[in-house]
Amino acid sequence: MIESRLKRILTDGQFAVTAECGPPKGADPEVIRRKGNLLKSYVDSINVTDNQTGVVRLSSLAACVILRQEGLDPVLQMVTRDRNRIALQSDVLGASALGIRNILCLSGDHQSLGNQQEAKGVFDIDSMQLIQTVRRMRDKGIILGGDQLSSMPDLFVGAVENPFGDPQSYRVARLAKKVGAGAEFIQTQSIYNVARFREFMTEARDRGLDKKVFILGGVTPLKSARMAEYMRDKVAGMDVPEEIITRMKAAPAKEQRSEGIRIAVETIQALRQMEGVRGVHIMAIEWEEAVPELVEKAGLLPRPAI
Amino acid sequence: MITAERKPFAEIKASIAPYKRILVVGCGTCVAECAAGGEKEVALLASQLRLDADHEGRTVDIKEITLDRQCVYEFIDQLFPLVDEYDAILSLGCGAGVQAVAEVLPKIHIVPALNTTGISETREQGVWLEDCRGCGDCKLDLFADVCPITRCAKGLFNGPCGGSKGGHCEVDPDAPCAWHLIVTRLEETGRLKSMDEIQPPANWARAQGKGPRKCVREDQKTS
Repeated sequence: MIESRLKRILTDGQFAVTAECGPPKGADPEVIRRKGNLLKSYVDSINVTDNQTGVVRLSSLAACVILRQEGLDPVLQMVTRDRNRIALQSDVLGASALGIRNILCLSGDHQSLGNQQEAKGVFDIDSMQLIQTVRRMRDKGIILGGDQLSSMPDLFVGAVENPFGDPQSYRVARLAKKVGAGAEFIQTQSIYNVARFREFMTEARDRGLDKKVFILGGVTPLKSARMAEYMRDKVAGMDVPEEIITRMKAAPAKEQRSEGIRIAVETIQALRQMEGVRGVHIMAIEWEEAVPELVEKAGLLPRPAI
Repeated sequence: MITAERKPFAEIKASIAPYKRILVVGCGTCVAECAAGGEKEVALLASQLRLDADHEGRTVDIKEITLDRQCVYEFIDQLFPLVDEYDAILSLGCGAGVQAVAEVLPKIHIVPALNTTGISETREQGVWLEDCRGCGDCKLDLFADVCPITRCAKGLFNGPCGGSKGGHCEVDPDAPCAWHLIVTRLEETGRLKSMDEIQPPANWARAQGKGPRKCVREDQKTS
């Protein structure tokens, strides 16, 4: 029987390490295998993005199956932008049947931001409703509308949260709502403003949320000062403090990648010290090669055997 | 009201190219209010068409008429005495107007001159904001009277996505984040707690699930 490695690591009380893997803009399965094998033994589970930023890529479900064949524990990212409730629920069942054991429920980047700007955004249900739907399917074998399934899918259910989005006063309440909907683990937006994330965690702990859900802090290593500025200026809901920009700029061009890794290592170390943070989620955007070095330097090796 | 915008002149010109005798029909209600298809806009478009034809040495016969309401058959009946003299009707009505005219006059080609954009409120002089999608299941009271189906780019029912910054939507930074408005209003009126409740998926069957919706009021029927 296949089980979720991520769930096991977290319930065993170990500090989890997950990484994100973007599928290719093509049909070559080797790209996925290569990325998967690069990350193997450095992370516990691998998230596969679902047409991230609204750009057409090899399907998340297919890529997850390829990773599973390689002996990895994939996290299926599923967005509500492209499929209605019929397709979503059908894919939940299919994913479970194919041996996928983790799902991350998101609404998805808006289609107008990608390469299919004339597409109809589906958004039949939202991420909160998807979390709740998957939990009911798994726990009660009931789909939307009340019909009973002949067998239940086996999935560890996750969601995302952006501690830096607006309105600020509502972010922890939104986390609580996702937990209420049934999220069992949370992967956050990339953290650059550690102080602000610490406040978020304090508020989350005050509401007892750290006891109800496994929170994995998001980390994205910066490749360059330009990327840092891009993240600050162009990516909504991202908080990149001036201090980070200054540090990246101060490094000579050739050293900027190393500086980016250094900042990410420091962030991970800070996260490990934060009560209620149960792991890190590394989103090295089109830079998966950085993950092994980052994980090693952050002292997260070896990954526990289960 | 229903808002609409006039199609580009080149598109209108191309769609009526086969015709010489054209009846330009405006509507005096919603599309007049939003300055897209009222008497003034009909006159303007008709003049443009005449000038363009003159310029190219073509002869055209263009007549203007604006109905009080293009979506009500009683008003469309005014076109009966005219219609035989024309090859096509260029309608400056909304989508309902165009289709109602076509229903009454099935033998003549009705060409739309407007793009209908939605159900909107007048924000300021010359600015109309879409705020209803006619979903058929109004839940505005749950959302501090800001419709998330219409005004949130993702139509979210359970709070803002991660892309809201400074009260603006990441999809269109000129647009306010609907959820920022909702959360702020609920907070200001002491109702924020109501957002803890998870709103179930919408019942889209009321919007489009069984094809076009029909309102039937027996008490309003004449026979």
